[in-house]
Amino acid sequence: MPEGRQPILELQGITKSFGGVEALRGVDFALHAGEIHGLVGENGAGKSTLMKIIAGVHTEFSGRFLIDGQEAHLRSARDARAAGIAMVHQELSVAPDLTVAENVFLGNQPTNALGLVQWRRMAREAGEQLARFGIDVDPMSRLGDLPIGLQQLIEIARVLFSGARIVILDEPTSALSPPEVERLFATLRRLREEGTAIVFISHFIEDILRVSDTVTVFRNGRKVAETAASATSKGALIEAMIGRGGEALEHSYTDDLMLPQAGDGSVVLKADQLSLARSLQEVSFEARAGEVLGIYGFMGCGQQELSRILFGKLKPDSGALIVDGAARSFASTAAARRAGIALVPESRRAMLFHQEPVYKNVSISILDRISSLLLKPAQERDIARRQVEQLQIRPPVVGLDLGMLSGGNQQKVALAKWLTYPPKLLVLCEPTRGMDVGAKNDVINIVRDLRARGLAIIVLSTEPETVLSLADRILVLKRGAVVREFRNEPVSKDRLLEAA
Amino acid sequence: MASSETVPAGGHRARGLAPFLRSQMRNIAPFLTLIFLSAFFAIASPSFATLDNFGNILTQVSVTGIIAVGLTFVILCAEIDLSIASIANVTGIAVAYFTLQESYVNIANVPMPGAVAIVLAILLCALLGLVNALGLTVIGIPSFIMTLAMMQIAAGISALLVRGQIAYKVPSLITTLGSGSIGGIPWIVIVAAVMLLGGHLVLTYTRFGRYVYMVGGNREAAEYSGLNVKLILGAVMVISAVCSGIGGMLGVAHFGSAQQNEFDTYLLDSIAAVVVGGTSLFGGRGGIGNTIVGLFVLGVLNNGLDHVNIDSFLKILIRGLILLAALVINVYAQRLREKATD
Repeated sequence: MPEGRQPILELQGITKSFGGVEALRGVDFALHAGEIHGLVGENGAGKSTLMKIIAGVHTEFSGRFLIDGQEAHLRSARDARAAGIAMVHQELSVAPDLTVAENVFLGNQPTNALGLVQWRRMAREAGEQLARFGIDVDPMSRLGDLPIGLQQLIEIARVLFSGARIVILDEPTSALSPPEVERLFATLRRLREEGTAIVFISHFIEDILRVSDTVTVFRNGRKVAETAASATSKGALIEAMIGRGGEALEHSYTDDLMLPQAGDGSVVLKADQLSLARSLQEVSFEARAGEVLGIYGFMGCGQQELSRILFGKLKPDSGALIVDGAARSFASTAAARRAGIALVPESRRAMLFHQEPVYKNVSISILDRISSLLLKPAQERDIARRQVEQLQIRPPVVGLDLGMLSGGNQQKVALAKWLTYPPKLLVLCEPTRGMDVGAKNDVINIVRDLRARGLAIIVLSTEPETVLSLADRILVLKRGAVVREFRNEPVSKDRLLEAA
Repeated sequence: MASSETVPAGGHRARGLAPFLRSQMRNIAPFLTLIFLSAFFAIASPSFATLDNFGNILTQVSVTGIIAVGLTFVILCAEIDLSIASIANVTGIAVAYFTLQESYVNIANVPMPGAVAIVLAILLCALLGLVNALGLTVIGIPSFIMTLAMMQIAAGISALLVRGQIAYKVPSLITTLGSGSIGGIPWIVIVAAVMLLGGHLVLTYTRFGRYVYMVGGNREAAEYSGLNVKLILGAVMVISAVCSGIGGMLGVAHFGSAQQNEFDTYLLDSIAAVVVGGTSLFGGRGGIGNTIVGLFVLGVLNNGLDHVNIDSFLKILIRGLILLAALVINVYAQRLREKATD
């Protein structure tokens, strides 16, 4: 850690709240030129919020913001770029239909005196820049035709070579293959030699430890540790991230939890060597009646794709789905639903009709069970009322537009859709994300109740607590492959994070 | 249970009158436009507000109304069908093609018994609708482009069938429904009313109708709810083509002849009727009730402009401006509603 020198960027006592909830509480953060600074913390710990403040995305906060020792007031992402700060967001933001060269020079194409784009020069310079990065592609090829990992590298390359003095990388490695990660790291080290300051956010703690000089750990909106990377270990960082003792409101799952003896329920669904492009590699598992199978992994580990395959929204490149002993290939989500499979995706917007009343949301997936040609609105309302009462949805008015309900209650409606005629297999993605403790407990109880009724349930989550609080058996997914299965053995948050 | 529902069951009312009106803007605005236009023309011209003229307006909007029934389904699903006028045209020509023509009509046609001619014509428009449906759902061509191609294809078939000639004879059932009347009421008005009512009943009271609204409201959510979205989209494209075909057959009888490019103005008129009525171009909101109001706005506008003394070339511009105003209201109402819900 370069001590004594003036930091290129310094934040003092940063506090930021969203609608009364404090996302950051009095955080100090300093970044030096020629330093790679790793940031770790759980989802919602405040890393991304802090980085968005630095990148000028969030402009309302309290605390001091210094660049080169001078107080700075960024009013927009544009201001931040002018101050030499650039960020690569977790989600790819490239123009797939433009050429590689156009993407590299997006927004500042070289032009001649007439304002016309100098294509040849642009192609040549883009090629040279990418070659420095170890990327050998035709600068005039369409970006969208390249593999996702390469697209991500090109986007990173664009930001790294934009001349920024401070570069923030949010989860840059999640879509990259190991050799691509090596290339990225080599480039980061070279830029460090040239004096660029780099912030590196990742869930992959090994990556953080390998490339960073300094590591800062966030927990619950606070900075809880800052240490030289050479002086710490994966275990120590995980411990700092999760925290020991009674700090968390909920069960913190830091102690070992014993998974039960494997159940003997019938196999409802068997996934056999499912593969999908770069997302999934030969994933196999069985879901049994009366058992909750948890699938844990970091963002981008392939969970989302896996859940879509189970529900017939995506087709695997290879591998088979065996439902009740017969191999199935679903032509549509309707076919999956009729085969007894239900999905609650991670985004409520993706499965609810916000401008329609609650009862129409509850009944949509079971309309063919309660009516043939003509609708039976009275019966729909009755069914909805029963679900609203059972799941304690507030306010208990089935005629209210869904958009008027709070997030937690909307999530319950999303579950309620499938409960009147329960499916054989229920696939839940991030079932408790963004919920308060009370709503979380409600959902956990609903899932346990469904298991007791003999449903097979798969819970996919990037939050270890969610998986640990629900699952009887846990698979860990890493970069599209199953790397570990926990069954009939002790498991804890540490062990899960260690495996992923 | 009843005790827990102390909040008014309508939901909207709980938020007060102003938000309710805002959320209903889409339905109220076209109705106000209609009242305003009618009042304006009634004052401007003594011949406008008569029972006879009301009958004229009804007859004038009937063919558009029949075509607009199917188009309402399509727009509710947030798709578009640009082939409606061409399909109406080719179906009208086909039904004449399968009917024995006078000897001076020089087309090599294939006369059939009347019922067979009608069935063949309906099969033709259903087939063209099916091609639209397959292009949209199986191949994945956006409906705007797919139906643009179909517009050309149907026009091409029309051209091949009539070869620049004009055919005058259609089966007697079609002649009656298109140009006859019963008890002083034109059959074509009755057919349009029955089809509009049928469309309304399907959209409001059937499972399929609910699916149409849900697919239009949030297609992704419909898919995650396990609906067969492609099947529903395909079905509305076929419904649209068949409604257009029926409109085309009756239109040919109404006009007294079948010829190329006879229905060209019906494309814009039908789209305008649906959208001016307040059915959202983004899908999921609106319905046949809105389409009926839209039909009357269009009918009153077209008819009324003929009753007042304006430069006839200016009328086209006025029509365009009023349609633009209605579209602005449509988009604006959508935003107000989203604000009221979010």
